[in-house]
Amino acid sequence: MNKMPYRIDIGLEVHLQLRTETKVFCSCPVKFGALPNTQTCPVCLGFPGSLPVLNEKALEYAVKVALALNCTIENKIKFDRKNYYYADLPKNFQISQFDMPIGREGRIDIVMPEGRKKIRIKRVHLEEDAGKLIHKGAYSLIDYNRAGTPLLEIVSEPDMASPQEAYEYLLILKSILAYLDVSDCNMEEGSLRCDANISLRPEGCDSLGTKNEIKNMNTFKGVKSALEYEVTRQSVALKEGSKIVQMTRLWDADKRITTAMRSKEESHDYRYFPEPDLVPFTIAGTFVERVRESLPELPEIRRMRFIKDFGLSTYEAELLSRERRTADFFEETQGLCRSPKAVANWIMGDISRILNERHMELSETKLAAVNLSDMIKLIENGTISSKIAKSLIEEMMESGEAPGEIISKKGLTQISDESALEGIIDRVIKENQKSVTDYKNGKKNALGYMVGQVMKATAGKANPKLVNELLHSKLS
Amino acid sequence: MGLNALTAHELKRLFNDGRAEPRDVLRDIYGRIEKAEGRLGSFTYKRDPDKIFSEASDYGRGSMLSGIPCAIKDNICRKGEPATCASKILDTFKPPYSATCVKKLEDAGALIFGRLNMDEFAFGSSCETSCYGPTRNPWDTTRSPGGSSGGSAASVAADETIIALGSDTGGSIRQPAAFTGVVGMKPTYGRVSRFGLIAFASSLDQIGPITKDVRDCALTLKAISGHDEMDSTSVDKPVPDYTQYLEKDLSGLRAGIPKEYFVSGVDREVEKAVRSSIEIFKELGAEISEVSLPHTRYAVSTYYIIAPAEASSNLARFDGVQYGFRSEDCDNLQQMYVSTRSKGFGEEAKRRIMLGTYVLSSGYYDAYYLRASKVRTKIRNDFKDAFEKCDFLITPTSPTTAFRLGEKSGDPLSMYLADIFTIPANLAGIPAISIPCGFSEAGLPIGMQLMSDAFREDIILKAAYAFEQATDFHKRRCPDITN
Repeated sequence: MNKMPYRIDIGLEVHLQLRTETKVFCSCPVKFGALPNTQTCPVCLGFPGSLPVLNEKALEYAVKVALALNCTIENKIKFDRKNYYYADLPKNFQISQFDMPIGREGRIDIVMPEGRKKIRIKRVHLEEDAGKLIHKGAYSLIDYNRAGTPLLEIVSEPDMASPQEAYEYLLILKSILAYLDVSDCNMEEGSLRCDANISLRPEGCDSLGTKNEIKNMNTFKGVKSALEYEVTRQSVALKEGSKIVQMTRLWDADKRITTAMRSKEESHDYRYFPEPDLVPFTIAGTFVERVRESLPELPEIRRMRFIKDFGLSTYEAELLSRERRTADFFEETQGLCRSPKAVANWIMGDISRILNERHMELSETKLAAVNLSDMIKLIENGTISSKIAKSLIEEMMESGEAPGEIISKKGLTQISDESALEGIIDRVIKENQKSVTDYKNGKKNALGYMVGQVMKATAGKANPKLVNELLHSKLS
Repeated sequence: MGLNALTAHELKRLFNDGRAEPRDVLRDIYGRIEKAEGRLGSFTYKRDPDKIFSEASDYGRGSMLSGIPCAIKDNICRKGEPATCASKILDTFKPPYSATCVKKLEDAGALIFGRLNMDEFAFGSSCETSCYGPTRNPWDTTRSPGGSSGGSAASVAADETIIALGSDTGGSIRQPAAFTGVVGMKPTYGRVSRFGLIAFASSLDQIGPITKDVRDCALTLKAISGHDEMDSTSVDKPVPDYTQYLEKDLSGLRAGIPKEYFVSGVDREVEKAVRSSIEIFKELGAEISEVSLPHTRYAVSTYYIIAPAEASSNLARFDGVQYGFRSEDCDNLQQMYVSTRSKGFGEEAKRRIMLGTYVLSSGYYDAYYLRASKVRTKIRNDFKDAFEKCDFLITPTSPTTAFRLGEKSGDPLSMYLADIFTIPANLAGIPAISIPCGFSEAGLPIGMQLMSDAFREDIILKAAYAFEQATDFHKRRCPDITN
């Protein structure tokens, strides 16, 4: 975005499905991919006479998230009904929290090229998810398996000043949420969803402009693209002197545009009122403290520790700490081989390249920390070359075999025996007289060529350092 | 007189002595129903007699309600049976679960054999808004049995069942009990699980017994009370054996007479009957004093904001999507909602849904719902203050005796005022009982209401029992309505 006469204000609403064993107000299992309407009961189907009972685990997870986002915890838990009609909503109201969210006034920091920036969290509240509609031509089918899944709504203040900041916020937020291990945090599968509010205002103006709500983004990149589109659309409109009309718009990922969904006048009047079936109650301070103590080390703290304890660069520490599993794997491996730099290089280099190529997560491979650590030790003690190691790593990720096993199976041990190499070196000298002459005439890189020939003849198994030394002494 | 005219505790004695069996009682009950139903219309559903007769042979001994026939209001779910709330919109609905109180009654051995008529979704005080037509008062079949638990009260009064369950949101157990000369109790909010009760107003609804005398009321209350994991609003307090408090001496008990309940608009005969009842309490040893519940006059307006607000939300689920009636007269989802609800709900249900939707609307919430909630707290505090000075309160249950069918159905406001004395107990969440305390010159029963502090059902049961033992209003049977 080039110089613009407008300031951008973006706020995000993130919905997070909590991975509890049972639903938030009944004891149906929270299970994805089950046959439609098999994970239901009279309560989550909203049958008459049924009543909700709060799942304590969902409350615990909600408090956990609120604490990790540095929120103040409301000690009184109260639920409200949000009334609206839709076919995926069994009771035609959603049990949610209106004026007393579990957490409020939190914050997280994002890191931008110009430095750290604080994004305020307005509120974190617990509610129930709706079912799913499957449209089939002239009719629609309803799958209520998802109805009643605990859902956490995390609402930011409009503190993000660009689509890029919004994107960074989502990355950091997801990183924190994934650390807490309370959700799958998978946007494509819908366990994490994001709506955005965006408004523009003239530079120097103190009050926010008229906002538009953008829905239907399925990836973080999609959120960024939709916001970029809105910045352009709204700034063009403002430049032309048009007024921005408050409305909800839908992102079309194929056409890469947003389209009007409903105006403010058409929006629901949710008629919130206190949920009479769930009596408000006070959560004990000890409960909150217990949850606080159960919080894992969060990514930011871990990043700083990686820098301090292992001498990693800020960049390396950031990359390695972002995902809890990666960070755990890094720490476990380095604990075994005590070579943090080498472990970092392997994870950030070949391993992540292979993962990217295969669209896999580290946890989906069979790579064990002890095997990576052993491989690094084998490189360090000269048993294998880095080149051999590069071919090993792929196999270790696939088969889960120890490096030693693969090496002995394939005979990949580095040749560090002078007598074994001497014959090959003599033959290479004999076959490459031109290079010998070049080298003797001062062309130093001719030696490199001959080292390469020896490596080729030994299928890469020769110890390159030793080959270098032997060639050098024979030719001088 | 058949076995159907006896009380549960009388039958129990006969069962234990081997002088009668549950199936004999059922036979008399089904016989009575066959004769009386044409005039009364108390029932919406009765189980196949052959089936229940064979079930009955397993009962008769054991726990207190073992083998006692019982009927329940049509808004209380029993697994596999229709539960219609007397509404077309739930015409075909059969819940796959039983209400907790039904399970508890059945665990206590009761034989639940039928379902009772009511105002649609309990919206009414006359039993006239039922989609099946009104139930009639057995004392005068041109009159209403009261409502909304009109079927429950009429069936008990007419000996069509031994005991019945009703539900009470603003007086729906007590007012019909008063109109039909039987005993009806609304327990403390949270005493009886609401799981399986099709909700009208969740913060006010409570299930309770309707019986022929106070001892049966105590027995039934004990059977259905207690904490339920399925209802977060049910309270985890031990359930006493209420029958142990049934004594004839009230010495040391302090009775309060709230002056706001003896005002103009109360039928002269009703006031007279209640005033002479107060004299009887005095003779029984109770100390009588006047108390004041200054916010009583706001109760009806407060109630008619909170109750419809909750109802509008509770009834939103009846949309034709999953169960019950669905209008076929539609091309899209929106039309399906509108058509289903337009055809499925009766006039009073629609009126309350609209009222409730209005008071919760953005811009009106503070002026109506929020303010009503604050007044509710004041009403609750009135009672708290009163119960520091006395143990229980004595009032009329209803300002009038049973009115004629059709007399108020065209005038919702005058109908709403029929609950003026019963609504405060729901708003405050306290227990209240209505017991017979006299008859009008026209021979219509008059009811008296006793209220106590939350979870002090023992006090009003004790007072009610002592009064009942000193009088014989409860023994008078309704006229023969079979010819």
